[in-house]
Amino acid sequence: MVRLNVNGTLREVEAEPDTPLLWVLREQIGLTGTKYGCGIAQCGACTVHLDGTAVRSCSVPVSAVAAEQKIVTIEGLSAGADHPVQKAWAALDVPQCGFCQSGMIMASAALLAQNPHPSESEIRAEITNICRCGTYNRVLAGIQRAAESGQGSRG
Amino acid sequence: MSIDTRPGSAPAPAPSPVRPSRRGFLAGAAAAAGGFSLGFHLPGTGEAIAAPAGAAPEVNAWVVVRPDETVVIRIARSEMGQGTLTGLAQLAAEELGCDWARVTTEYPTPGQNLARARVWGDFSTGGSRGIRESHELVRKGGAAARMMLIEAAAQGWGVPASSCRAEKGVITHAESGRTTTYGSVAAEAAKLPPPKDVVLKDPKDWTIAGQPLKRLDTRPKLDGSQIYGMDLSLPGMLNAAIRDCPVTGGTVKSFEAEAVSGMPGVKRVVQVGETGVAVIADTFWRAKTALDALPIVWDEGPNAGVSSASIAAVLREGLDAPEAYIGNKAGDVEAALKGAERVVEAVYSVPFQNHATMEPMNATARWTPERCEVWTPTQNGEAALAATAEAAGLSAAKCEVYKIHLGGGFGRRGATHDWVRQAVLIAKEMPDTPIKLIWTREEDMTHGRYHPITQCRLRAALDRNGDLTGLHMRISGQSILAAIMPQRMVNGRDPVTFQGLNPSGPEATLGYAIPNILVDHAMRNPHIIPGFWRGVNMNPNAIYLECFMDELAHAAGQDPLAFRRKLMANHPKHRAVLDAVADKIGWSTKPPEGVARGIAQMMGFGSYVAAAAEVSVSPDGKLKVHRIVAATDPGYALNPQQIDAQIAGSFVYGLSAALHGACTVKDGRIEQTNFDTYPVMRLDEMPAVETIIMPSGGFWGGVGEPTIAVAAPAVLNAVFAATGKRVRDLPLANTDLRRA
Ligand code: FES
Ligand code: FES
Repeated sequence: MVRLNVNGTLREVEAEPDTPLLWVLREQIGLTGTKYGCGIAQCGACTVHLDGTAVRSCSVPVSAVAAEQKIVTIEGLSAGADHPVQKAWAALDVPQCGFCQSGMIMASAALLAQNPHPSESEIRAEITNICRCGTYNRVLAGIQRAAESGQGSRG
Repeated sequence: MSIDTRPGSAPAPAPSPVRPSRRGFLAGAAAAAGGFSLGFHLPGTGEAIAAPAGAAPEVNAWVVVRPDETVVIRIARSEMGQGTLTGLAQLAAEELGCDWARVTTEYPTPGQNLARARVWGDFSTGGSRGIRESHELVRKGGAAARMMLIEAAAQGWGVPASSCRAEKGVITHAESGRTTTYGSVAAEAAKLPPPKDVVLKDPKDWTIAGQPLKRLDTRPKLDGSQIYGMDLSLPGMLNAAIRDCPVTGGTVKSFEAEAVSGMPGVKRVVQVGETGVAVIADTFWRAKTALDALPIVWDEGPNAGVSSASIAAVLREGLDAPEAYIGNKAGDVEAALKGAERVVEAVYSVPFQNHATMEPMNATARWTPERCEVWTPTQNGEAALAATAEAAGLSAAKCEVYKIHLGGGFGRRGATHDWVRQAVLIAKEMPDTPIKLIWTREEDMTHGRYHPITQCRLRAALDRNGDLTGLHMRISGQSILAAIMPQRMVNGRDPVTFQGLNPSGPEATLGYAIPNILVDHAMRNPHIIPGFWRGVNMNPNAIYLECFMDELAHAAGQDPLAFRRKLMANHPKHRAVLDAVADKIGWSTKPPEGVARGIAQMMGFGSYVAAAAEVSVSPDGKLKVHRIVAATDPGYALNPQQIDAQIAGSFVYGLSAALHGACTVKDGRIEQTNFDTYPVMRLDEMPAVETIIMPSGGFWGGVGEPTIAVAAPAVLNAVFAATGKRVRDLPLANTDLRRA
């Protein structure tokens, strides 16, 4: 039995200890907003926040997460998709297919939480998620817009 | 904080992939289809959708107006990120004259299309045809619905329809000042016969189409609620992981199911056709874990000795082969070469590329001896239905495919439905149990439908003035059609190979008038299966032609833009986009210190496109692409801000391949297994992209694909300008750009 704090709710799940957090979230807890894209920490589609830091959940075994640690997934980032990053994304129509976007948004929100006013080169260096539809320029503009809104460090 | 102690594996109810609007539609469509049950279950609820009382009837196949004025527009083509859903809805809404703020959309299913005599036309979404091939059908659907709604209102008032008009969903009879709404008369309109003569608006009067509107499908992509095929959850569903023989053409010799059958969650270990083995378990992770531990022995078959080197040798032989299919021929090229002041020659090559859609292939299937249903992300629901019926051993009328939102398509999810076949074969092993098959990224990378591999030898004749008098382009290599659509070949020839190099036609014409020309194709087909990959053959052809034009300009001591323009007098649309990018990048001015420029143009998918790039290369050989200016003339521009997104996106896709991507072959199999060995472009490399959208009207070209082709040659030509190094073997990563 594994105990996890996901989006403010304590969950108890049955999973082998080496099961990646990603698959526990998706299959045992039913939070499918967190995506599988590579399984080897390359693409970032599986990004969630662990105690406020962006982690690639495909490469975090569930046994490495303590019950006290706070996991936030895309579903728990905000109440009505009103996190500044989500609002900027909506304003700029960032997503294309959208499959990478949960990870993009979570990575961007974590970046702004740590660095509310990142420079362009910091954004380019820090956001290493893959988007095959090629939304990068709008991702960049979205992060800058969220930062300008002055609430970037929220959540 | 609340504590959830539900037993471990009960999943929280997944959000529904179906908008509520679908309820009414499915009920209506089931009736229209002769009453057979569609058997659709809302994921996570287990409830079949029953016909809700008072559901709004459709006005026609394209339009439903609900009493609350919500307008549901039905979209036959697939949304995979390219904005087709919004674009087609804009067209229908334009003719319908409804309030855009109240528009929502839904997908009809291929089975309904079949049952209704293909009322929605072709479902195929590829070749940038989503909008350009269905715009008329969709617009007529919207216009006919408007006429019926107005007619219904007019009849109610006892006035002629011609005295009424409609705007934003409100119908007005000016004389009497009476008004009503679409929602109020929709039920009456639905009873009327469809109008015979439907007149479409002149695009210059558009107010919804042509506008840079926001996409309709963004919101659920912001909070994780958008359901993709991989996210589907059905009551009682199991999960499967598969391994297909790593060598195409090989088969399963044996596997030891007992070695893994006791592992957690494992239900069954099954062979899939001749070539694959799958593990079915309660969760995907457990299925995959068991599959990884499963000993499988392959018979690798006749291709086990093939390598990239052996394929290259076969293609090289084709460069000089006496026999080749002709794609474009005028004058006498050999005579021109003999009489030339100077002959320039070069050989280029492009490798296999994987689509690497962000969401790996997946499908959920449920099979019984009477019926088979499949839920899958597909670019072509009808082709998916055909694949389902064949694998199920049932008639198409006993099968149905539900299209789930695609996590990228790029051509991988259209022409072949190999993963659907697998899912159905697996489902047959456990009748009446829905089973979701998910490919790992490794399976996806090694079992793609790859961008075809080709080489090209170009030989050109320059006269005393440095003018181009003859060009021979010999393409040697793979044909997509020969492998996956032989029925579309023309006398053994694959016309797609010549994309962008054709002498004439509305689709992909060569933009240069060259007095003596021969473009021919020595078909050489390796065993690796090719497919349509965003941009298709326009990609290599643009690199071959446009990099070589650059070589010729330099050989002739001429400016690359001026050299091209001299050949383009008969091709004003090609020249207009080229001029536009040259102008915007400042071609006639000196670039900033350390920066070099390149330029390219091409026509494909019915659109004229050009790009100009600014790059720099550091002394240690690192390329930086600073800026790309792109121009496109797609005839009509349905949604400029989405075209802008498509162009920037296509550059990422095209440059990922041109700069980094190559799928290589060793021991008969693809060597690259994930993004660590198949690198793609990320934000750190992304250049600024400026787009010029210059629709000249009178034709409908694509937007999702054509521009992709010009990014690579523009950048490669700029690399030459920066370094003097000509990149001819793609990807660029194969060339050492360090200063000697
Ligand atoms: S799925 Fe975790 S980084 Fe790609
Ligand atoms: S939006 Fe499709 S992969 Fe990023």
